[in-house]
Amino acid sequence: MNTYLVQRLATGFVTLFGVALIVFLIMRVIPGDAAVMMSGAGSGVVSEEELQLVRHRLGIDRPLVVQFVDWAGHIAVLDFGTSLRTGNPVIEDIGRRFPYTLQIVVLAMIIAVSVGVPAGVFSAWFADTWIDRTLQTVTIIGLAAPSFWVGLLIILGLVFFFNWSAPLFWEPFWISPLKSMSQLIWPALAVGLRQLALIARMTRSIMREVLGEDYIRTARAKGLSERRVVFRHALWNGALPIITLIGFEIAALFGGLIITETVFSVPGLGQYVVTSILDRDYPAAQGIVLVLAAIVVLGNLTVDLLYGLLDPRTRLQRGARA
Amino acid sequence: MTDIIPNAAAAGARAGFHPAVALTQPGRVRRLLGLVRRQPLGALGAIVIIVMALAAIFAPYIAPFDPTVGDPASLYQSPNATYWLGTDGFGRDILSRLIYGARVSLVIGFGASLLGVIVGTVIGITSGYIGGWFDTISQRVVDAMLAFPMLLLALALAAVLGSSVRNVIVALAMPIVPRAARIARASTIVLKSTTFIEASRAIGCSNLRTIVHHILPNTFAPLLVIATAYLGLAIVQEAALDYLGAGIQEPQPSWGLMMSGSATSLALVAPWIVLFPGLAISLVVLASNLLGDAIRDVLDPKLQRTSV
Repeated sequence: MNTYLVQRLATGFVTLFGVALIVFLIMRVIPGDAAVMMSGAGSGVVSEEELQLVRHRLGIDRPLVVQFVDWAGHIAVLDFGTSLRTGNPVIEDIGRRFPYTLQIVVLAMIIAVSVGVPAGVFSAWFADTWIDRTLQTVTIIGLAAPSFWVGLLIILGLVFFFNWSAPLFWEPFWISPLKSMSQLIWPALAVGLRQLALIARMTRSIMREVLGEDYIRTARAKGLSERRVVFRHALWNGALPIITLIGFEIAALFGGLIITETVFSVPGLGQYVVTSILDRDYPAAQGIVLVLAAIVVLGNLTVDLLYGLLDPRTRLQRGARA
Repeated sequence: MTDIIPNAAAAGARAGFHPAVALTQPGRVRRLLGLVRRQPLGALGAIVIIVMALAAIFAPYIAPFDPTVGDPASLYQSPNATYWLGTDGFGRDILSRLIYGARVSLVIGFGASLLGVIVGTVIGITSGYIGGWFDTISQRVVDAMLAFPMLLLALALAAVLGSSVRNVIVALAMPIVPRAARIARASTIVLKSTTFIEASRAIGCSNLRTIVHHILPNTFAPLLVIATAYLGLAIVQEAALDYLGAGIQEPQPSWGLMMSGSATSLALVAPWIVLFPGLAISLVVLASNLLGDAIRDVLDPKLQRTSV
C-alpha cells in the first residue's frame, strides 16, 4: 500500500508539473502580447519604447525558460502574482471566490446524488417497464440539454414567475447561510440536473449488471423480499463503482461551472477564469487555470486512493503492478 | 448482433475490415435496413443529423430571410405567420439564423471531433506500438491534458488563437486528443500481443504496414464510438464558447451566440430568443448521443459506455 501511495503521489506531482507547463505554453508562447493588450496598442499611440518598458515591467522580455522557472518557483510558494485587472494578488482573488464555487458544487452534488441514485436503482429494479422507459427518456434528454441553456431557462422561469432579478450581492455562506443557499440553489440546479441524469444512467447500468449476478439469485432463492434484495444485496455491491463515478464527477463539475457561473453572474472561480482569459489578464488566467486543473488532479487522486482503501482487490492488483 | 456486423473481435479475424465501407457496399442495403429495425433510436438520431446537415448545406434555399440583415420595423416579434420563430433585438428572423447557425455548429462539431480523434489515434497507436520512453512521455502529457476540464482548455486555446472557424475547431479538438489517444493506445497494446499481429510481423510486414493494415482497422470500432460521442460534446462546447464570446463573432449566425446577452432582461420581452437555439442544440446532441449508443451496441456490446 505504501509503495502504491508513494507512486500515485509521484504521478500526481508529475501531472501537476505537466499541467503547469501546458498552462504556461498556452498563455505565453501562442501569439498575443500582454504588453500590447495592456497598453492598448494597435491604435498607434504607444511607441515601441513604451511597449518595451511594459514588457520589461511584466518580465516577459526574458527568455521563456527563465520565465517558466521564475513562475513555477513562485507557484511553489503559492504566489500567483498580481491580477492585471483587479490589482489584487491572484491567490487572494481565488480565495475570496472559492467558497461560492465550492458551495455550488456541494449543492449540485447533493441534488444529483439524492435524486440520481434512487432514480437509477428504480430504473434497474423495474427494468423495461414504463417506469424505466420514462426515466431513460427523461435522463437522455437531460444529458443532451446544454447546462448553460438550462441555466438560462431557469432564469427565464424565475423572472417570469417570481419577478426574480440577479442578486447584486451574493451572500457568503458563513454570514447568512439561508440567504446564501437560496441564491446559489439556482445555479446549482442548472449544473446539477446534468449530473443527475448522468448518475441515474450510470447507476442503472451498474445495478442491472449487479442484479444479474449469481449471489442475487441466491438471495432471491432464499426468499428475501425483492426490496431487500435490491437495496441490501445489490446496491451495497454496486456502491463502489457508483461512488467512484460520483468522485470523478465532482472534479468535472468544477469545469462545468465555468459557464454556469457566467450565466448567473456568480462571483466564483468559473466566472473568474472566463473574465481573466477573455481580458488577457495573464497572471490571473494562469493562476486560476492551474488551480482548477490541480483540483481535478487532486480529486482523481483522492478517488483512486479511496478506491484502493475500499476495495482491497484493486489495491493488491495495482500494488503488484507497481 | 454478430449476424449483422461482426463485432470488434470478429473483425480482428478479418484484418482490413472497415465497417463504414462495408455498409455502403452494394448488397449491404438489406443489412442496413436490418440495423435500422434493431436500432430504431440510432436510426432516428442519424436521420435528425442528416436532415440538419441538409438544412445547413441548402440554407440559402430554405431560410426565409437573410440571417444577418434585420428589419428595424420588427424587433422582438413573437413567433407569427411571417417570422415562424420570432425575431431578435435587431429584427432578424430566428428561424433563418437557426438554419444558418446549423452550418457553424455542424462544421465545427464534425471538424473538431474528427480532428481530435484522428490526432489522438495517431498519438495513441504510435505510443502503444513503440512503447518505451516515447510511451512514458506521451502518457504523462496525456495525463496532464486530461486534468483540464474540456471547456477550460478549449476556452484558453480559443482565446489565444483568436476566433475563426478553423481556430475554434482546433481549440475544441485539443481536449479530445488525449481522450482518443488513451483509447487507441489501450487497444493497440492489447492487439500487439495477439497472434495475427505477430503473424504479420513474421511474414515480414514493416511496422508501418502492420499499423496501417492490421492495428488501425481493429481500433476503428471504439474510435468510431467516441467520435460520435464527442460530436455532441463538441457542438455543446462550441455553443458555450460562442456564448462566452470566445468563439464565432457577430454578425455570423451561431446557436451559442444567439443565446448570449442578458437572459434576465429578455425573459419578459422575448423568451423565444433564448428558447429555440437551445432546443436546436439539445436536439442535435440528443441525436448524436442516440446514434453513438446505437453504433456502440452494434460494434461492441461490451464496450464501456463512453457517451456523455
